[in-house]
Amino acid sequence: MNRRIDITLTVNGERVSRSVDTRLHLIDFLRTELGLTGAHTACEHGVCGACTVRLDGDPVRGCLVMAASLDGSVVETIEGLSDSGEIRDLQEAFVARNAAQCGYCTPGMLVTAADILTQAPNASREEIREHISGNYCRCTGYQAIVDAVEDVLKSRRKSEAA
Amino acid sequence: MKWPAMGYARVESLDELWQVLDAAGPEAQILAGGQSLLATLSFRLSEPSGLIDITRIAALRGVSVAGATLRIGSLTRHAELGRDPLVAAHAPILAEAAPLIAHPAIRNRGTIGGSLALADPAAELPACVVALDATIVVASRGGERRVPAADFFQGLFTTDLQPGEIITAVEVPVATPASRQTIVEVTRRSGDYAMAGLAAVLAMRADGTVDAARLVFFGVGSGAEIATGASAALIGAPLTRATIAAAQGALADDLDPPGDLHGGPELKRHLARVITARALDTFLASAEQAA
Repeated sequence: MNRRIDITLTVNGERVSRSVDTRLHLIDFLRTELGLTGAHTACEHGVCGACTVRLDGDPVRGCLVMAASLDGSVVETIEGLSDSGEIRDLQEAFVARNAAQCGYCTPGMLVTAADILTQAPNASREEIREHISGNYCRCTGYQAIVDAVEDVLKSRRKSEAA
Repeated sequence: MKWPAMGYARVESLDELWQVLDAAGPEAQILAGGQSLLATLSFRLSEPSGLIDITRIAALRGVSVAGATLRIGSLTRHAELGRDPLVAAHAPILAEAAPLIAHPAIRNRGTIGGSLALADPAAELPACVVALDATIVVASRGGERRVPAADFFQGLFTTDLQPGEIITAVEVPVATPASRQTIVEVTRRSGDYAMAGLAAVLAMRADGTVDAARLVFFGVGSGAEIATGASAALIGAPLTRATIAAAQGALADDLDPPGDLHGGPELKRHLARVITARALDTFLASAEQAA
């Protein structure tokens, strides 16, 4: 079996081709090969959520995905989500509610929070907490993050009703 | 730490898998969702010579019903289990279990086949399939064989899977109007492995009489553990607080939990009794209404 694998995938809407070492996980691939440093490496064994990115439309742990397995995949990172404007209201709410302190968990937290907006638009505070339970934040105590997500859920529901 | 050096191959069909498995040798491992396997690489708990990625094998996907059997492809992800209408209708305990497994991002990748093949003693799905009296469908180059779930699990991280075999599907007898299924667990934090958990599947008549019961614990031993005494204590009589208490009492002989990071055996025994009542109380309401 090969220890270098050729892959072609789509990252934030752009097609990229690379030959990758099998030791590389998705996050190291994004950071070292593509210079996309928004997704963070932290625990590197699937516990903390700082590396959460979107793969084929769903949030995943980037540290638990082999870069070598990505041929034909579609990856979206916080850079792509920021540029597209998809989560602008969420990012503004994080600022307004002081939901980012040191900022290390924030990119992963935003990718997970964006999932709540689409998957559970009527989520209660309790359900928001449950949904972000796999994303660790050591600064905020989560209260401000739940506030921010709840604000966006409410304002999106209001604008949809209007 | 970073993963060890290893090979990687992606296969698109079972035929291709058998060829690659032969060429790769016994030190290679199958990669499905990777949510446990890749973490063990980080800890260097495993150092496979290579990983064979089966996630693009179409034959391992999909959920379907044929007659009285629900067939769940081994690559079915936990998130899919949680939202599949056939699973919800025919094996509701699996839909109920899905949100208890880790966190959303992990459920988007982890597969039922991977969870069953790993046989983590605190995992939900092994206990569920044993409680459901499901059949594990296993394939190798030589063909297919079917193993009752209760025989498939053989202890701590140990199954009946032989070298060169993979799980292709799980076959579950569909729920009937008599079926009562639920899963209850205790965790310190949402998404953690259970300190103690119970998958309970009963068959109950309209008058509340219990015709069959299978209480399967997880997180309190070396794997999915059928509590034979507690299950038997429920059978043949209407479900009442008294029969639930009898089942709780029988756990003393059914379970022999080791201590772990959370606490000693007595803590586990206590939690097992607590979740037995929590699980069975949900059926009590419907039994009392009928009476």
